[in-house]
Formats: sequence, C-alpha cells, structure tokens
Amino acid sequence: MKHSTSRLSLALACLFSVALTGCGTSKEEKQEQDAKVSIDPNPYPSTYTPIPGEATLITNVTILDGVGNEIKNGMVHFADGKIVAVGENLDVPDGATVIDGAGKWVTPGIIDNHSHLGVYPSPSTHSHSDGNEITNPVTAEVWAEHSVWPQDPGFGRALAGGVTTLQILPGSANLFGGRSVVLKNVPDRTMQDMKMPDAPYGLKMACGENPKRVYGQKGGPSTRMGNVAGYRQAWSDAQDYMRKWERYEKEYEAGDNPKAPKRDLQMETLAGVLSGDIRIHMHCYRADEMTVMMDVMEEFDYQIGTFHHAVEAYKIADKLKENNVCSAMWADWWGFKMEAYDGIRENIPAVHNAGACAIVHSDSDLGIQRLNQEAAKAWSDGKRAGLDISMGEAWQWLSANPAKSLGVFDKTGSLEAGKQADLVLWNGNPFSTYTKAERVYIDGGLAYSLEDKASWPVSDFELGQVGEGDAK
Amino acid sequence: MKKLAFLVAASLLSSSALAEKIAIVGGKVFTMAEQGTLDEGTVLMTDGKIDRVIAGADAPDGYTVIDAAGKVVTPGLMGSMTSLGLVEVSSSAGVVDSSTEASPITRTGAALDVSYAVNPDSSLVGVTRIEGMTSAATSITYTDNLFYGQGAVITLDGDAPVLKPRAFMVVNVGSNGAHEAGGTRAALWVMLENALEEAASVSGKIAPTQQWHGLNTPADVSALKAVLNGDMPLLMEADRASDIRQVIAFKARHSNIDVVLMHGVEAWRVADELAAADIPVILDPEYNLPGGFDQMGATLANAARLEAAGVTVAVGMDTHNIRLATQHAGNAVANGLSYEGGLASLTSAPAKILGVDDMLGSLASGKRADVVIWSGDPLEVTQVAEQVFVNGEAIEMESRQTRLRDRYLAVQEDKAKTPTHFVRP
Repeated sequence: MKHSTSRLSLALACLFSVALTGCGTSKEEKQEQDAKVSIDPNPYPSTYTPIPGEATLITNVTILDGVGNEIKNGMVHFADGKIVAVGENLDVPDGATVIDGAGKWVTPGIIDNHSHLGVYPSPSTHSHSDGNEITNPVTAEVWAEHSVWPQDPGFGRALAGGVTTLQILPGSANLFGGRSVVLKNVPDRTMQDMKMPDAPYGLKMACGENPKRVYGQKGGPSTRMGNVAGYRQAWSDAQDYMRKWERYEKEYEAGDNPKAPKRDLQMETLAGVLSGDIRIHMHCYRADEMTVMMDVMEEFDYQIGTFHHAVEAYKIADKLKENNVCSAMWADWWGFKMEAYDGIRENIPAVHNAGACAIVHSDSDLGIQRLNQEAAKAWSDGKRAGLDISMGEAWQWLSANPAKSLGVFDKTGSLEAGKQADLVLWNGNPFSTYTKAERVYIDGGLAYSLEDKASWPVSDFELGQVGEGDAK
Repeated sequence: MKKLAFLVAASLLSSSALAEKIAIVGGKVFTMAEQGTLDEGTVLMTDGKIDRVIAGADAPDGYTVIDAAGKVVTPGLMGSMTSLGLVEVSSSAGVVDSSTEASPITRTGAALDVSYAVNPDSSLVGVTRIEGMTSAATSITYTDNLFYGQGAVITLDGDAPVLKPRAFMVVNVGSNGAHEAGGTRAALWVMLENALEEAASVSGKIAPTQQWHGLNTPADVSALKAVLNGDMPLLMEADRASDIRQVIAFKARHSNIDVVLMHGVEAWRVADELAAADIPVILDPEYNLPGGFDQMGATLANAARLEAAGVTVAVGMDTHNIRLATQHAGNAVANGLSYEGGLASLTSAPAKILGVDDMLGSLASGKRADVVIWSGDPLEVTQVAEQVFVNGEAIEMESRQTRLRDRYLAVQEDKAKTPTHFVRP
C-alpha cells in the first residue's frame, strides 16, 4: 500500500487503547480536553460460529492444493477447524475419521468474490430488491450487510456447488455503490452469524454504461467523462475530509480541545480506501476504461484491488499485471450490452498467462452453483488456444486469487497447514460437467453432504412450501 | 493434425460447393434416429443432404473422406428457444427485433412475424454455429401483447436463414402473461379463449371494407387460424403447477391445437398428466431457485423426472449463450436425465416439437446435412465442436470472437510496437 499513516486508522487505534491509557490525555494539557472522538471500525461484529467438526483424514485422493500443485493419491488432514497437513503420505492421526477418497478430488472451497445473494435474493420480488441504492451516483455510505437477507435460498444452493466463502456486493448502478461484506457460506439466522471474522471491507465502484444509464436523466453523470469527473471529485472530497481529521488529531495531540469534524459516512468509507483499509472492487468491462481507472488510481494514490467482469481484460493483461490489479471474470458471458460485446472465451486464461491475477466470479445465483465448470471451460478453451495451464494452476482462479482479492488469503483459499479447513471433496474430477461436490467443509465442519439429502439447508422461506429446498 | 485435415477439407469444399460427396468416417455416431448409436460409423452426405449412415470406417468410392476416428459425430444442434438473428446487443444499442411494444398491425400480438426480421450477418450467428449449433427457433421474447407472435426456424449459415417461417406461436400463461392482460390470470385466460374463439368464428379473410370490432386485428385472426387447425404449434410458457394444469385443461378443450409447454419450472409436479396429454416441454434444466411464487418447486431434477414420466424434453433457452445448451443438458444428465435424453434434448426433441423433424435433428436419409464432429462428449464442458457442417458444407471454424482472441494473443505475446488496429491475425 502506498499510504503512510491513516488519520482515521490512528483514531481507530486510539479507540482500542482508550480504556487502558486514556488515549490522547496523557500529555500535559493546556486546557480541559473533551473526550477524544474516535470511530468504531467494527460496529456490526461477526457472531459466526463454525459448525463443530471432527478430526478428519481423507486418503487416496487427488488434491489440487490451490497454490498450483496437483498431488495424486494424496492425503489431507484437518482438525480443530484448520488444515493440519497435506501430502503424499501422512501418518493416520489417532481418533481421526478416515475417508477413502479413491477416484475423488479435494480442492480448497470455492470463493466467489462477486455475489448478490441476500441483497438480490430469491424470490426476486421488488420488496426484496436491496442491492442498488439508486438515489445518488455516490452512495459510498451504504453497506451491503445492512441489506443481506440470510433466508435467501441461494446460499444453500451455492453451498451444494462447493462455495465456502463469498463476497456480497452492492449493485453497479452507482459510481460508488457502497461497502461489501464477506460471508462464510453457513446459512444462519442473521448476517452477523455468517460474517467472516476479520475480513476487510470492500467498496463497490462501477464504470461505464450502468451509472450513465441510471443517472443520465436524473442529473448525471450521463457520459463516461461524467463518470470519471464523479470519481475524481469524490476522491478529492475524501482527501479534504481526511485532512480535517488529521488536523483534529494533531490539535488534540498538542493538548488543544478542537471540535471534531462532523462524521460523514460517505467520506468515511472513501477515506478508508485512501488509507488502505478498504479494498476496491470495480465493475468495469472495457480495456480503455480500466486503463483510465488505473490512472485515476495513480492520481489519488489508492489501489484498485479487482476489476469485476473485466470482459476486455485480455486486451490489457500486461497493464493489469504491472498495476497489480486482479480481474474477476465470467468464462463466456458476452454481448448483453455494448461494453460486453468483445467478450472471448479465452479471457481468463489469457489474463493468467500474462502473469496477472485471474479470478472466476459468478454475479449469478445460478452460475455460483457451478463455478468449477466455469473454470473448466476457461481452462480447456485456453488450452486449445495454446495457453497451457495445469488444473492445479487453474484452481487458483477459484480460491487463492479471490481470497487475495478479498484480503483473506492469510486465512483461507488454499490447502496449507494452519489455514481454515474450507475444502470440498468432489466425487470426481471437478473439471467436468458430471462431477458434484460430495462433501463441503467450512472451518472443518461438514456443511453439506451430497448423500444426505435430509441435511441440505432449507431456508425459512422454503420451509413448508412445495419446494423445501432442492431435495424435495 | 486433425484440425489441419479439417481445414484442408474445408477449403476444398468451399471451392466445389455442394456437388461434392462427403464421408465422415470412423466416429462414434449418434444418429438420434432409428439407427441409434454406432460405436464406429460413417456418415455419407451428398448435395447438402444425408445419404445414409453406415457401420464401420469405410467410405464407398467417390466420397471425400474426413477422418473422425476417436471423435463423436452428432446431428447439428438446434436452439429450442432463442432470439438469434433478431438481436445484436439487447441493452441501449438501437432497435432490437425481439422486443415489441404497441403496433397498429396487431392487438393481440398474434400477427407479428419475425421471419422478416432475421439478420444472418449477426455476430451471434457466427459465435453460435462454431460451437455445434446449426439451427434455432427464434422468437420475440419481450412484448406487452398477449401473444409473442409467430416465431421462425432458422439455419445458422447462409444468406437465406429462414427454414420455416411462421413455425410456432408463443403465449405466456404465467405471471408475465397475467401482468400484461391486466394483472390477473382471471383476465388472461378469458382473453386467450376469446381471441381464439373469435378467430375460429371467422370464415375466410376479413375484407378491408368489412366492419370489424374484434379483440384481434384481421392480421391476428389469420395467424391464429394456423394455430387453431394445428399447423402452428402453440408454445405456452408457464412455471407454476396450477398454471401448467390450466395448460393441460386448455389442450383438452382444444384437441386440434399442438400445445407445447415452455420453461415449466414445476412441470415435474404434473409430469404424468403432461405425458398423458402428450405435451412436450422446452425448459432450462439448471433453473432451481424459487425466483418467485410461480417457481417454488424449482429443482435440478425437473428434466429427469419429466423423462421418467414419458414427457419429451428439449433444452436450450437463451440467445447470446445458447451455445451453452450442451452444458445445460449435461447438467440435466448429471441430475438424472438419460444420456440419450440429454443429446435428444438438443437435437431430435426440439426438431419434433417444432415440427421440423422432416429436415432437422437427426442423421437419417434425406435430412439436411447439418453434422458436427466433436472432440469428445458434447455434453462435457471441456469438449468442443471441432468441425461443423451446415447443409453439407464445412463451415469456417472462426468467429468475431476467435479473431479478437487471435489478435490479442499476438499483441500480448510479443508486445509488438505495432498499434493494435494493424494486427490482423
């Protein structure tokens, strides 16, 4: 990150130390100081509790470890919610449940960094349409977690497809759409029950057609140049806001009793980005627009984490690599609007081949159920075009790279000792139409079992209806 | 090497056009006809038609031989329900012929006729056919009328794409239809019955001089007559089981009408009744979410359960990505549909449902020579169409997308100083 010290972060750090040391009051005081104003960075804390699991050893199984390797006839051992070891030959630990994985494959759980489950849930009634705050082109102040409806049946369906972690994003109507939230895919009563502990926040932004279409007749922006002016003004405002807090901090530290700036929720999120605490997830299709955005990023000294959809990423894969920006892509969606007109089947492998970070994303409540097939299509299309990428390498598109995009790769996204035991046992090669997730473990707990229909999650909405999930 | 062989054959063919006799030899041939599946078979074609399919890998004299050993050979696939040729880019990009609002020629929508609107130069046609899809049903998909008008069956090659104009009529009898009819099914069905009854009551043409105060326009009446006498299948879109029961009851009231159920998310719940009424279903087998109160029973097992009850199932509802119908059918197979049923859902079933099985959907004597050589199992996401034949000709396996791919792979490879627009692979 290019930023030295965040004023906001300093204030936040003070919050935690105030009880112990009386942050900012230890100095010699020129005058009576009011209590220092600081901001709680985590007002909606996670109450996620993993499903209890048991120590498990899967043997004789083909492993894609998520960081590029394929191990045939391997073993995976996990216990207490964490990966213990992965290798060709492990000792059978005492008391562990042993699963014979002959003919089966194990991979890290799939991480979808672009989902609208919960904010655009099933049923897709207007009453449930909570993903786009279409009231202003800049709504950085809204948080997707305040819209997430945990009874969306889509979470359970995605689980059956091996999705263990997912980022819920606001929609793409606005230049700044609002904060995202990262969830563990264990459907439960509340958003907080699903919220991944210690995952950074993201901020959704959008390029191109959507904002100009939505706001063209409502005061603008109505052009792409209008869009860019909108981003720039907002970043500039955020810089100003940060300077106000900086001044407040400085004066307070100096023993003065300054008036704290008025809290501005919109600016607070933007400042979080400029200080490196919040990651940018930007909906952007066209190569030329992505390149302009990378200049805006330089101008205001922040980092774009990931371009989402990035249908033309293949045209500028070299620039994406240089700028360390990931691309989250579909395998083959195209043509539904002008900015998606140049989609090609080899987008994902072409980005990967250039050494840039490639991610398979869904943006769909159906697509999220078979992201392994999306990767398989991209992998085989790449291969036929001469981009020879191993399956082990390709699995990074589904777990490690989205984990990096979300800032949680230190916790999950690969089968490495010490990581959260988020993994899928597939009943065959997951690069096949016919293969299904047989067992899905999240933090070592068995969240889904293909054989045991009675255990499949059924949301409140489906209970007592003709459906009751997809088991029927 | 194989690809090279195809290319050579393709260049030969384009110069000698239809006169050539072609034999595709030695592949695993799914005829989707009485002959069934030949583990090693040879498909013979002449002048754009299938001669016959024979066992073994030997072609009679006089045929240009194309080796398909180790490959899979199927009839060209058919898109069951698309808007191919009617739309280039659906959102904010000019006129879209698959979408209509009020027009003076129609009051119920029945008169609309897409056969005038099909553009064979659409980039979607090229993108779709290189993936093994050689024909499609194409239709209006957005309207505020009762009927979506008369759809056409088209081929995905050549300047004269319409194989069968006015091939079918579409009506939505679920929530969408109810919405357009005034917000309730209580209006929708009465309107539908009245529109048909009115058309039935007219004998001959309505003259321009004649007084006419119908629910339909005279052009609507003409179109509906073909539906009433069973010449034009009526594709009725509905998801909710109770709506599908209404479709079955409709068929009982109108035994002449060739009724097809479309989308049919809860069709599995009335599978036996559909089978008894001989109503086939065109569906999306991957739709398994309760997207609304019409779809509470959505399940991945829909296609399999319908097949088990004896209902004919066709798969393939999309436009830009109708090419993914193979994956959709594959997922239906992964969820219980028979493998043959999966292939049939893309070939013989839609051809039969749309009344074009005399020319499309199978490899049998006299059928159009629409044939695909696959690298392997067509329903497997990692396999592809290696060579597609439309009307007996090997097509160029190239599209705007492959051209874009090749241009940018070249640009990324050597980072040439040449500006991109001058790179023409």
